[in-house]
Amino acid sequence: MYVAVKGGERAIENAHAWLAEERRGDPAVPELSTAQIREQMTLAVNRVMAEGSLYDPDLAALAIKQARGDLIEAIFLIRAYRTTLPRLMASTPVDTAAMAVTRRISATFKDAPGGQILGPTFDYTHRLLDFALLAEGEVPPAPTALTGPAQDMPHILSFLDRDGLIEEATPSDEPPPDLTRAPLELPADRALRLQALTRGDEGFVLGLAYSTQRGYGRNHAFVGELRIGTCPVEVDIPELGFSVEIGDIELTECETVNQFTGSKTQPPQFTRGYGLTFGQTERKAISMALVDRALRWRELGEDFTGAPAQDEEFVLSHCDNIQATGFLEHIKLPHYVDFQAELELIRSVRAAAFASREAAE
Amino acid sequence: MTAMDAYNFAYLDEDTKRMIRRALLKAVAIPGYQVPFASREMPMPYGWGTGGVQVTAACLTPDDRLKVIDQGADDTTNAVSIRRFFQRTAGVEVTEETEDATIIQTRHRVPEAPLQEGQIMVFQVPIPEPLRFLEPRETETRRMHALADYGLMQVKLYEDIARHGRIATAYAYPVKVEGRYVMDPSPIPKFDNPKLDDSPALMLFGAGREQRIYALPPYTRVESLDFDDHPFVASKADHACDICGATESYLDEVITDDQGGRIFVCSDTAFCRSRQEDRQ
Repeated sequence: MYVAVKGGERAIENAHAWLAEERRGDPAVPELSTAQIREQMTLAVNRVMAEGSLYDPDLAALAIKQARGDLIEAIFLIRAYRTTLPRLMASTPVDTAAMAVTRRISATFKDAPGGQILGPTFDYTHRLLDFALLAEGEVPPAPTALTGPAQDMPHILSFLDRDGLIEEATPSDEPPPDLTRAPLELPADRALRLQALTRGDEGFVLGLAYSTQRGYGRNHAFVGELRIGTCPVEVDIPELGFSVEIGDIELTECETVNQFTGSKTQPPQFTRGYGLTFGQTERKAISMALVDRALRWRELGEDFTGAPAQDEEFVLSHCDNIQATGFLEHIKLPHYVDFQAELELIRSVRAAAFASREAAE
Repeated sequence: MTAMDAYNFAYLDEDTKRMIRRALLKAVAIPGYQVPFASREMPMPYGWGTGGVQVTAACLTPDDRLKVIDQGADDTTNAVSIRRFFQRTAGVEVTEETEDATIIQTRHRVPEAPLQEGQIMVFQVPIPEPLRFLEPRETETRRMHALADYGLMQVKLYEDIARHGRIATAYAYPVKVEGRYVMDPSPIPKFDNPKLDDSPALMLFGAGREQRIYALPPYTRVESLDFDDHPFVASKADHACDICGATESYLDEVITDDQGGRIFVCSDTAFCRSRQEDRQ
């Protein structure tokens, strides 16, 4: 006989206890510290900070530990925490030209003032499993440059800018909209699009960027410059009358140079795509720059070819992985009532169909 | 997160509540119109009722008595989870009795017991846009609402009749509010649609992920879309509840064995229980 489904509360408590036990894993294996995650899973920490929109390596490490390494779950924990924080003040714009770079490359110029710095990159590693790491081997210290990084690191695209070969990046003092404090309204301006992309899902933005390279909204991008390093963050203190540095953040910035043949409104000129992300997250920053460029078709007088990466509403409505995973996974929740309504409907439609078939025979 | 004291009453900070209340006031002023609001990330996933939770949080006062149901039942896992969330963060009284509740948060059902003046129903809404599956672009559907351009919906309903002999929508059945806005009543079965019409309770709809709030003030005219020769019918399984015998309540079908055995029981557990108690 039917027993009403009771005990939801106990089921939830037990599930949580089981989850905690699974998270810890075999107690005979030492527990991971969040410091270990922060120091040795840095790129995971960076992704969680970038898509969680909160620069805090310790909290990101905690979120990764709590989420059992599920990065989208970790990003969700950070977002839910972030949303409760008061907005005390806005920083002054971060000057990425003054970045203390650890990596800086250009695919468009062999050399440029400030030089190229390969930095800590996987780019030229051979992807061979390093079995030495199984034995927890210590690594010898890396050699350091005799001189520190060059003092002056102007943006490489500024050289093209000087010759008028690339579109001007017009500075604006307009305060940018805040996606987390105002509902998304379309059409969105570029600042809002960039904001959505920088916290958008890495996989989704990567896929869109890739699609532009394969011809769906092609805009042939060169990496004009990719730089990674730390920038000071300053805030204006009205009582003091000057700005005060409150800390450093690591950023990845990507500027692309895109082919452009000119249009009804513009002379032939290179155009720009821009990506800026927290931490060392260069796949994301490059992807972001390509998608940014694809979304700019209207202001550049290009044709809309129907490519997904050109479609602002499509991109902005679907790039957030916390929204996406929530809605996707919610179909696990009970839908008995709606399914029952569908059952009644399909039974009645089928009954009517059988009746009319019999009548015809 | 052990110390919930670190959070404000009902979790949300007062500025956020004020922002939501402003959206609610606008929604009440323009019944059926979808008001954009700056939905927050909540500590439960999008799709689990974040819109409803934010609306409830913005409406709750310490004197309220809260009822939370999912699929009509008070003890489904997500209803339990949301009720506990407000017990922890707001410390309000909770109840399973529809008559005793001042605020009822629901997913997919309207309770069977008649609602009263002063009560607030809060609906969790996944896709607030009734035209969404006819036109995916928000920019376009907003224009259609502005112009009351609902021809596409009429055509869809007509095509259903041409193809299936009836309107093939069993839940989230579209309604027209005060003769103006076409509105998604949330995925309630169409059986529940008539309960929205001229209801003495205030009905609030929250869609967190889609950042929309809309409302039906008390005693609002709510008509389910239909045609003169194909009038709307609020259908349910043609059975009585196998537990309490009710013939007028919405039923869940429960499979009891692998021989095709099944029984029908009230989806509204509080309603079913009170009928059983009355019989004893």
